[in-house]
Amino acid sequence: MSLLAVENLTVAFPGHVAVREVSFAIEPGETLALVGESGCGKSVTAFSMMRLLPPNARVVTGRILLDGADLMAASPAEMREVRGKKISLIQQEPMTSLNPVLSIGTQIGEVIRRHEKVSRRTARARCIELLDLVSIPDAHRRIDDYPHNLSGGMRQRVMIAMAVACGPKLLIADEPTTALDVTTQAQVLDLLDDLRRRLSMAVLLITHDLGVVAQWADRINVMYAGRIVEQAAIRPFFAQPMHPYSRGLLGARVDVDADEHYSASRLSEIPGSVGSAAGEAGCPFAPRCPMVETSCRVVPPSLLAFEAGRRVACPVSLQAVTLEAARHG
Amino acid sequence: MAEPLLSVRDLHTRYAVGKQVLRAVDGVSFEVGRGETVGLVGESGCGKSTLGKTVLRLVPSVEGAIVLDGADITRLGDGAMAQHRRRMQMIFQDPFGSLNPRQTIRTVLDTALKVHRQGDRAERRRRMTEIVERVGLPADALDRYPHEFSGGQRQRIGIARALVLRPALIVCDEPVSALDVSIQAQILNLLVDLKRDLGLSYLFISHDLSVVRYFADRVLVMYLGRIVESASHATLWRDPRHPYTKALFAALPSTDPTHKRGAPPIKGELTTDLSSGCRFCSRCPAATDRCRSEEPLLRSVGEGHHAACHYA
Ligand SMILES: Nc1ncnc2c1ncn2[C@@H]1O[C@H](COP(=O)(O)OP(=O)(O)OP(=O)(O)O)[C@@H](O)[C@H]1O
Ligand SMILES: Nc1ncnc2c1ncn2[C@@H]1O[C@H](COP(=O)(O)OP(=O)(O)O)[C@@H](O)[C@H]1O
Ligand code: SF4
Ligand code: SF4
Ligand SMILES: [Mg+2]
Ligand SMILES: [Mg+2]
Repeated sequence: MSLLAVENLTVAFPGHVAVREVSFAIEPGETLALVGESGCGKSVTAFSMMRLLPPNARVVTGRILLDGADLMAASPAEMREVRGKKISLIQQEPMTSLNPVLSIGTQIGEVIRRHEKVSRRTARARCIELLDLVSIPDAHRRIDDYPHNLSGGMRQRVMIAMAVACGPKLLIADEPTTALDVTTQAQVLDLLDDLRRRLSMAVLLITHDLGVVAQWADRINVMYAGRIVEQAAIRPFFAQPMHPYSRGLLGARVDVDADEHYSASRLSEIPGSVGSAAGEAGCPFAPRCPMVETSCRVVPPSLLAFEAGRRVACPVSLQAVTLEAARHG
Repeated sequence: MAEPLLSVRDLHTRYAVGKQVLRAVDGVSFEVGRGETVGLVGESGCGKSTLGKTVLRLVPSVEGAIVLDGADITRLGDGAMAQHRRRMQMIFQDPFGSLNPRQTIRTVLDTALKVHRQGDRAERRRRMTEIVERVGLPADALDRYPHEFSGGQRQRIGIARALVLRPALIVCDEPVSALDVSIQAQILNLLVDLKRDLGLSYLFISHDLSVVRYFADRVLVMYLGRIVESASHATLWRDPRHPYTKALFAALPSTDPTHKRGAPPIKGELTTDLSSGCRFCSRCPAATDRCRSEEPLLRSVGEGHHAACHYA
């Protein structure tokens, strides 16, 4: 059984639908990436899984199954038990999720004592261990520091320490390194990966950076305008991205392995912007898609199985790939 | 060699932080040739934006010289500076933050033109229509407000505002960092086209070495207020010499999952304490005793290639 399964999740805000019919599962111990441009619904999906949606959001349909039990039906008290202990979340903005007037030791201690009946003293000792675990030097001194004394990378390490304090089975990391330099990003993602193995937890890694996905994830879900448009394991995905949006994303990136230069080659663009799709029927990517056909404008395509572990919400590409394969037979 | 468009000599910029002095730019020299793009890369806080703003005289320098088109503008007063301001413009990371939400795009552009006394009414009108089309905005954009545009379109407005004045030099400060990948490519391509068509020169600031190397002719790598390596884009890619530059390259995540990723090349983050010796030595994997006591100076390590490392 999967560790966690999101089934047919649709979340709406007044006037618009942010997440549409999203389904995916996370297996124990794996890193699953959730990728897409800003506003496509990644954070709303994450908040739904924690039942931490803002009050103006409404879950229209969907279940979140944790070890088989539906979190959507859990009581507030049950949810408090789940958060931190079974699933934790590292939020996009480290500064807004740390309390500026409390020392980091106090904040991590609170998380521990919320779930476990231990003395302050024990909590403090655990806290130092945790700071050590996330490689903060001089943990016994740093524990009394306040968030503003720490650099961006250190704050993110503190967030990670808080998130893993009670040994969750799933860690949701919402753009954990977007605000950091690449040098710090590599350190923080290696730390997350190391903790995943040592604590045998699964990680849902939310990012918009395909390089991060290629290097640190096992599987990928690509989202576009609230829907999942492609699901795949990492190697087949990067060997042959299938959805036109996935291909566009990969093509628009400056390739770090090649000596590309503006004087010799142009970057390939995805024309338009996400907003182009507003109010249209059919495939949400149609206004920007180089492969669009008239049939695409009728109903939004659902995810179709291509091979084991791979699904793509684009019948046109699926057909093209199948024909191509037959020709090379 | 032809006279460069911009020549910066031994520039220093300091900020007062409480009782302490922060040397945000600490002795930087470089040139930007006509039609050239110079890239400036380094981690957050190393002084890139401060350098850009100092060059544009938006932040005062305490030492050094800024020469634009042969004229020393380092200490010109407001009156004398006015004619040079139009010639150098800036494009910001967050175009929204720098646009007044209550002004239509027409007001934004017209104000810029009026401040710099550009043309009569008809001429200004013509130039505004022309630039809006040139940066790829719809024709009706002029009479709309900033919030009616997407992030990418707002960046096009920022570009139009800089270009309507027909500058020679543009400082682009992280112009694509806040944009989605699919939009970044559109904006970078637009900047390339504009440079070619209008003969612009760019100082292109970014923390992303892959973008800088693609977009610049020459690259300056900055660390704690100093340039630690400078080279043409091709040389830097083929033969980076400074351990910091190598670390920046190594930290870029490849989209090839079979490309084995090594351990993070450097530990820790940028600090602001300037000890004696090499500024990078607390993080440098190759540091020796010499590095801790003797500061390496920027020296030539090849044709048009400079590095500030004892062992480069
Ligand atoms: N107005 C200011 N007053 C005091 N210190 C400042 C000011 N502006 C910048 N600094 C400091 O100067 C140093 C250089 O800052 P700067 O903004 O130039 O860096 P940067 O390389 O552009 O960084 P980023 O990539 O984050 O934009 C930093 O230590 C910063 O905290
Ligand atoms: N509190 C909110 N009120 C109204 N709309 C919201 C709210 N939070 C998010 N949204 C909308 O939901 C959609 C998905 O947002 P989000 O999940 O934050 O995107 P991202 O993929 O960048 O994390 C966007 O259209 C966003 O504007
Ligand atoms: S369904 Fe049609 S419009 Fe949508 S991605 Fe596929 S080809 Fe493009
Ligand atoms: S001078 Fe020494 S510490 Fe500095 S970069 Fe070179 S090897 Fe490293
Ligand atoms: Mg988000
Ligand atoms: Mg800056």
